[in-house]
Amino acid sequence: MSIRRVAALAVVLLSAASRGAAEDQVIVQQDKAFSQGQVVVQAGDRIVFSNRDAVTHNLFSRSPGFEFEVKVQLPGQDTPVTFERAGVAEVRCAIHPEMKLRVVVEEKQGGKP
Amino acid sequence: MQSRTRSGALVLGACVALLVGAAAKPALDVEPDLEALKAKYRRPASVPHPDDNAPSEARVRLGLTLFFDPRLSGSGVMACATCHNPGLSWADGLERAVGHGMKTLPRRTPTILNVAWAEALFWDGRASSLEEQALGPIASPDEMNQPLEGLVPKLRAIPEYAAQFEEAYPGEGISNATIAKAIASFERTVVSARAPFDAWVEGDESAIGAEAKQGFVVFNGKARCSTCHSGWRLTDDSFHDIGVRGDDRGRGAVLEEIEGVQFAFKTPTLRNVDRRAPYMHDGSEKALEDAVALYDRGGRVRRPSLSREIVPLELTPQESGQLVAFLRTLTSDDAPVAIPRLPR
Repeated sequence: MSIRRVAALAVVLLSAASRGAAEDQVIVQQDKAFSQGQVVVQAGDRIVFSNRDAVTHNLFSRSPGFEFEVKVQLPGQDTPVTFERAGVAEVRCAIHPEMKLRVVVEEKQGGKP
Repeated sequence: MQSRTRSGALVLGACVALLVGAAAKPALDVEPDLEALKAKYRRPASVPHPDDNAPSEARVRLGLTLFFDPRLSGSGVMACATCHNPGLSWADGLERAVGHGMKTLPRRTPTILNVAWAEALFWDGRASSLEEQALGPIASPDEMNQPLEGLVPKLRAIPEYAAQFEEAYPGEGISNATIAKAIASFERTVVSARAPFDAWVEGDESAIGAEAKQGFVVFNGKARCSTCHSGWRLTDDSFHDIGVRGDDRGRGAVLEEIEGVQFAFKTPTLRNVDRRAPYMHDGSEKALEDAVALYDRGGRVRRPSLSREIVPLELTPQESGQLVAFLRTLTSDDAPVAIPRLPR
């Protein structure tokens, strides 16, 4: 990745942080493993999947109601995924089967009338 | 507010890491610390197993018996060991497997060496445990062609099996589940013995030659083999389209919606690899030199799904030779396996 592209990405990420993406959680992919096996978020929160490996990843979930695919994620790429509703999403890498993450999405606290 | 600050700090940290990472040389080009590299290949001290199927002598013995029993096939002439032949490093040495009715199948027989550690089974990873995998080839009409509804009655009709199942799985009887668990228990004992490479990793400098030692450096450096062929089994069980010609979609048929794994197959172990030619999921590469050549040119076919890790390597003939010399040090002198006396 060129310095220019990295800098551009940094600006995008910083502006995302400053515009109030308060609930973002970062899950790092390194040594073909997630930085943790389980993460708890609230409905509507984003998780930024951050590929800090030297290899490509391809995250996806087939959990009912949480189906998504990050597609090919190159080394250095950060990809946000929003988890809209409460439930449990099992996230895997289609390339590296040992990578397993459970996302527990709780109801948004105070979010209901 | 606190979480916003933390989130912002994390994002900033990630950005700094990105910038620092961009300024540094790519990790693969960094001169490797040889001893640190060797440490990544040390053999494990124990064999893993699932909580609900701890190994015992009776379970392993029963699994061995089932593995060699041709009555597990519809025809009565084909055992698991017909294709997974211990004399051929638990494979068959053929380009592609030959199944029921002598039908040639689309894929090569994978070895079962060291499958106790495997994260996903079959070339396409469609089974996530040995217990889940074991009945697949038995039931497949193309392979052993034994419908599962007929398997248990068949084994129950063989009197000596009842006592063997009772000893292995008391009170559980003969069932598809206990058949699978016994076979899996046996398969977990199929572990490649110590190879010259292991002795070198553990400090015996005379265990392998200079060319092989240089090949190890190429393997972990310029040739980038260790990106996927990592750890003591020389695989991370990952799935890649490495540019083998053909229309078999491999893992792409299991995960149809994911373009990145179309035409992808599981990274095989490299243990005893020089005894397991031909290579690739379809046997299309005849010799180790051919397999190295495929990677050197960045695959034999370019498709949108081609792994980003597959790029032309520009190896010199000397480096290719060193790689092959290294690969030959992964072969162990495994003890012969005695064919069990089958129940009647």
